[in-house]
Amino acid sequence: MYELKFNEKICEKCKSIDCLMKCQYMDLGLDEAREEWKKLIRGDDSRVLGDCATCYACEEYCPNKNHPFYMIVERQEEKKAWPVPIPLTEQQLLVMRPRGRIKPQKLRAPVVNMCAFPMLQGTIRGKLFEGASTFGGYDVFCNIMWLHFARNSTIRERLPKMIDNIRNNYLKESGVDEFICFHDECYGTYTHLAPAFGIEVPFKPIHLFEYLTRKLDALKKQIRPLNEKVAYQRPCSNRLVPETQHWVDDIFARIGAERVKRQYDRENALCCAGTIQAQQKDELADDVQKRNIDDMAAAGAKYCVFNCPACFFTMKDLVAERGIIPILMSELCHIALGE
Amino acid sequence: MEKIYNELKDIVGAEFVSNQPEELFIYSRDMGTMLPAAPDFVVMPDSTEEVQKIVLLANREGVPVVPMGGGLVLSGLTRALKGGMVMDLKRMNRILEVNETSRYALVEAGTSQGILQAYLKRHHPGLKHSIPDAPPIATVGGNVLIHGSGHLSQIGGFHSEMLNGMEAVLPTGEIVKTGSCSASPYWFSRAPLPDLSGLFIGWAGTTGIVTKLSIKLFPAHPYNDARVFITGDIELIADVLHRLTGTQLTEDITAGVSCIIGRVQIFPMVIINYGADTKEELTWKRNLIRASVKKYIDDKTGGFAPLPPASRADLLKAPNPQPTQVADEKKGGGFEYVGSIMPIELFAGAYNIGVEISKKFGIDNLMAARIIGGHCMMFSYTYTFNRAIDADVDLARNALHETNNAVLKLGGIPWKAEAPAQKEIIKHMDPNTFQLMNRLRSVLDPKGIMNPGNWEVG
Repeated sequence: MYELKFNEKICEKCKSIDCLMKCQYMDLGLDEAREEWKKLIRGDDSRVLGDCATCYACEEYCPNKNHPFYMIVERQEEKKAWPVPIPLTEQQLLVMRPRGRIKPQKLRAPVVNMCAFPMLQGTIRGKLFEGASTFGGYDVFCNIMWLHFARNSTIRERLPKMIDNIRNNYLKESGVDEFICFHDECYGTYTHLAPAFGIEVPFKPIHLFEYLTRKLDALKKQIRPLNEKVAYQRPCSNRLVPETQHWVDDIFARIGAERVKRQYDRENALCCAGTIQAQQKDELADDVQKRNIDDMAAAGAKYCVFNCPACFFTMKDLVAERGIIPILMSELCHIALGE
Repeated sequence: MEKIYNELKDIVGAEFVSNQPEELFIYSRDMGTMLPAAPDFVVMPDSTEEVQKIVLLANREGVPVVPMGGGLVLSGLTRALKGGMVMDLKRMNRILEVNETSRYALVEAGTSQGILQAYLKRHHPGLKHSIPDAPPIATVGGNVLIHGSGHLSQIGGFHSEMLNGMEAVLPTGEIVKTGSCSASPYWFSRAPLPDLSGLFIGWAGTTGIVTKLSIKLFPAHPYNDARVFITGDIELIADVLHRLTGTQLTEDITAGVSCIIGRVQIFPMVIINYGADTKEELTWKRNLIRASVKKYIDDKTGGFAPLPPASRADLLKAPNPQPTQVADEKKGGGFEYVGSIMPIELFAGAYNIGVEISKKFGIDNLMAARIIGGHCMMFSYTYTFNRAIDADVDLARNALHETNNAVLKLGGIPWKAEAPAQKEIIKHMDPNTFQLMNRLRSVLDPKGIMNPGNWEVG
């Protein structure tokens, strides 16, 4: 049940091994990359299991859409090659477990799924979210986070229940069949991960940035262009849905923000390093964060705009120390709207 | 009684003495489970000379004297078990000297933690003192004298070990000095003289009244960080603590684990605080701290949890606000803990005691340990209760009593023990030790006026 759609034969024919060759956290020659990938497919030990930063990027790098990252996670779990110390994972599994406290509730469109970030409900405000209602909490948590912990089994176990919870308690009750994903990761879960594992998704997720773009169009006359340079911190989850990237540019164009050209953006984006810290690789995390923020500063960014709240919490103080204002995308839009 | 009251009035002024029932009521109890015991008077002296006059009066009249600082000891040590007067020292809150170079502060005994903390931040931002996790009104003197511990106990040990010397009024009225100040104008150390400060530390106010004391100060670093190490195996904690303390790089190490009825068990956490003068030094310390527990990181049985900035900021707060929040876990404000001093290797055994008692009594038990240097720990079992519900208070009192006994059986010693727990300690004590205590007391306090009912068998 819920088998990963991964085709070994596609990898056998692959000449470029982009999944490993483009990795920013492992330095492999082509022959070694090919060998390591073969080991992974065979289920043998491979340095990839321990060196993987779990940044999801190989999902984007794979030209064949063969889900190399999900496969790595499968193998990590099979081989018990835990990327994060076991008690940290077990503690998180407990803390983020479904509570079974969900009750049917009527919501009014537009509906925003806050997922595991109900504490950020205060950002659902102003003209952008006028009339919006929200839901969130661990009973509707998308659970994709367990990819960082080599726990595909938890996703398989919990995600279908979460989908049922959302449908039965919120959507059916409210007569709506779509919601806005506050977190990019949820959008990735429902549009990318779930199909890869054969999990049915009976609703339509809308990417937050798509929603913001539409709202900004509707509020066009009220926008005062920012005329500021902004660095974008692209999150790991966006590697699952690179087709959504253009909305960042679309939003920036609408609010008069200049997306600074820098080394670590788009396909070269660097991880916020939160998961690298969880892997106890502090020096690597320091290095990744320094390179990333140096890059933002060198590009003259006034703001660093975040897509993912987890990236925001991990990096906000470091970014601010460098004189760059950390901000969530919707908040940047609020500024342009004079709110 | 009227005569004593009038004489007290002459000494401290009418505003600072009371025999009114509403005030005696307040001074008859603390937030713990011990039954109230009302004094006949409450008196608030403003100087060593006033303390001396009060003690001479009490000695002459055979009236018990119970010295009191913040009154936050929770184990009822400032209750007047045999009547007499509670001497509240909060007016004696002056900071007399701060020595920047030799890093010490000379304060009156009633100086609160909050006053000293604020004063140092304002006037000596490069210095700080070790703050206990108590409300800011807790006094510096009181905490030193009960062998308290705090946010710098990794560096300086118990707060009593951070004491350089003191001025005290003996039960017979003489004013004495201990430590360097007895032979020098400087209050820098207890060495190299015979260490008479011990005559007043840990005695629950039964040997005299400390009026001034000098405590060690430490660098207040501009860069600070906190890390949280998590393991699922309680048996590993003692070794983790041993390794972490071995770095000698940290300011404070605490370990927490809760047993809350009906809630999911959260794994034991070890919280490590450290500071540095530069970012580079902070990173260097972080790496060495991590290296000390590498064994567990490598075998994946433990690791440091990434902390959101807000959690990190909370962990760096001194005092930690959590105990205050715990105190209100059950509405009604009742809160008491058995703080037991014991060797680090007993961590798992101490934890098991807590779990057993929690199950037996059906009571929440919040357990935590502060590691003192690399040598021992203060392991606390906290029970909260609603003071408006007698059965709730009784349950907590019984759980505390049983915890005290279990701790003693394990090899630990209850800290700032309630009068009943003192009796249990005495049962475990070498008889010659207790005899020596009694001989010293009879020399210092021939009339037995100082906080009677404490450190007694009967």
